[in-house]
Amino acid sequence: METFYEVMRRQGISRRSFLKYCSLTATSLGLAPSFVPQIAHAMETKPRTPVLWLHGLECTCCSESFIRSAHPLAKDVVLSMISLDYDDLLMAAAGHQAEAALDEVIEKYKGQYILAVEGNPPLNQDGMSCIIGGKPFVEQLRHVTRDCKAIISWGSCASWGCVQAAKPNPTQATPVHKVITDKPIIKVPGCPPIAEVMTGVITYMLTFERIPELDRQGRPKMFYGQRIHDKCYRRPHFDAGQFAEAWDDEGSRKGYCLYKMGCKGPTTYNACSTVRWNGGVSFPIQSGHGCIGCSEDGFWDKGSFYDRVTDIQQFGVESTADQVGAAAIGAVGAAVAAHAAVSAIRQSRTRQSDASNK
Amino acid sequence: MLSAQDMQEAAAHGRAVKAVYVYEAPVRLWHWVNALAISVLALTGWFIASPLPSQPGEASANFLMGYVRFTHFAAGYVLLAGFLGRIYWAFVGNHHARQLFVLPLLNAGWWKEVLFELRWYLFLERDPKKYVGHNPLAQLAMFGLFLTTLLFMIVTGFALYGEGAQAGSWSHALFTSWVIPLFGQSQDVHTWHHVGLWVMLFFVMLHVYAALREDIMSRQSLVSTMLSGWRMFKDDKP
Repeated sequence: METFYEVMRRQGISRRSFLKYCSLTATSLGLAPSFVPQIAHAMETKPRTPVLWLHGLECTCCSESFIRSAHPLAKDVVLSMISLDYDDLLMAAAGHQAEAALDEVIEKYKGQYILAVEGNPPLNQDGMSCIIGGKPFVEQLRHVTRDCKAIISWGSCASWGCVQAAKPNPTQATPVHKVITDKPIIKVPGCPPIAEVMTGVITYMLTFERIPELDRQGRPKMFYGQRIHDKCYRRPHFDAGQFAEAWDDEGSRKGYCLYKMGCKGPTTYNACSTVRWNGGVSFPIQSGHGCIGCSEDGFWDKGSFYDRVTDIQQFGVESTADQVGAAAIGAVGAAVAAHAAVSAIRQSRTRQSDASNK
Repeated sequence: MLSAQDMQEAAAHGRAVKAVYVYEAPVRLWHWVNALAISVLALTGWFIASPLPSQPGEASANFLMGYVRFTHFAAGYVLLAGFLGRIYWAFVGNHHARQLFVLPLLNAGWWKEVLFELRWYLFLERDPKKYVGHNPLAQLAMFGLFLTTLLFMIVTGFALYGEGAQAGSWSHALFTSWVIPLFGQSQDVHTWHHVGLWVMLFFVMLHVYAALREDIMSRQSLVSTMLSGWRMFKDDKP
């Protein structure tokens, strides 16, 4: 099998460009310059890892994001680093030819290939809500998973369930880790995830031949270790107590913190405020809109995108903590007042009867 | 109800049971420090969830939200330190110091007393009973409403604090690392921490009302006991 380096040279990439690419990759992974030779060495000696990319119930926004990666370029990842042998969005083959390619890889690289899953399997109606090649997606997923080395769950669909799993979840769309329990799973949530985060995770796994360090919820710490809020460039306005109070007010124009507009930055773990989007051009908060928390579990079911104090949905009634709390406190206040009044009356009556008894 | 131990205590001093030393100094100190910390936490917590109107001028000239958050976190630390001290005192203090932490759930007599106290509050009993420590209903409320909420607020509060302090901090290792996955994500922890404020407020209202009412209507002192430590009885009847 060809190494990454051989493939790159064959494509006319100079040694100089190759080394530049290695240093950029090291930088994007947050590694020290001393890791550059290690990356270069890995690419010169290691065979390209086959990757199978499955699409379940999803909107393809993850793929759309992925192909726009700037550092490293998706072209480099797809053509040079990995051998993307099955991806029904990007591959030339179709129909039986495509399915045959899938089986060929499973056969040839048993236990070697990485499985990337975009979207999730719906389990209701025997999985009929998502059919791939005439069979429910969940069957394809189980089939391909059996011999894979590790699974990458692309996006919030594969990681948490996302919009198709939002209440009441009629198709019972289920995140990958709840269907597949016997393989290491790397969650790369986001709707979609940042392109550089996606290619960064793949690069890391190929370079070091191991899964990046994950947090307790299975997300790579290097990209999901901090909140948007922790590295937000509007954070000084938050600490100063300067907030946009409406979308067209003075604070909004001055670029004040969007906390009061319901920005979910303080509760969202992602790299948007450091890596940013579209080649580092901008990210939602920089464009004047709060974070909607798309990489967090169940973000569709947490009420409005514009509320910080979110709705609590119990017994089919939607109300915020403050509404429930104020109502309860009001009721207790009234009860206390009434009880005090009755107590006072009773006290005076008892005194009277005590006095008459004496 | 006076326990046999209390009667002996009093008898040993050779006088009628008029007053018993209930709350030792550390318990009283904790009570008032805790009350102050909770008040500060409730107020600053409110302004973290719903910040004050925007400050004019340069961001570098202002730090209002920062000060509000600092006060909240500092009060949180005071609350935690006080609570740890209180737990320590439950071990080394007198038996009243343990009442907050242990419910005699298997004691049928205790449940009967709970029922009696309920009837007293529902105006179904004419005369209240005497208690040296908490009355059983109060003990139930202290445990179920106050202690549980306090623990919940400490755990969720330091989990949220650890988010800001980030991985590597003690609060992140001790709380954030498991609380956030337990709730699913950070936002639900925020929401429930917010609900906790209301539950605590709910407790404070009942607590203050019940203490004042009992001070007036029951047969023993309540408010002054938390200041001096001595439970005074208003009559000599058993």
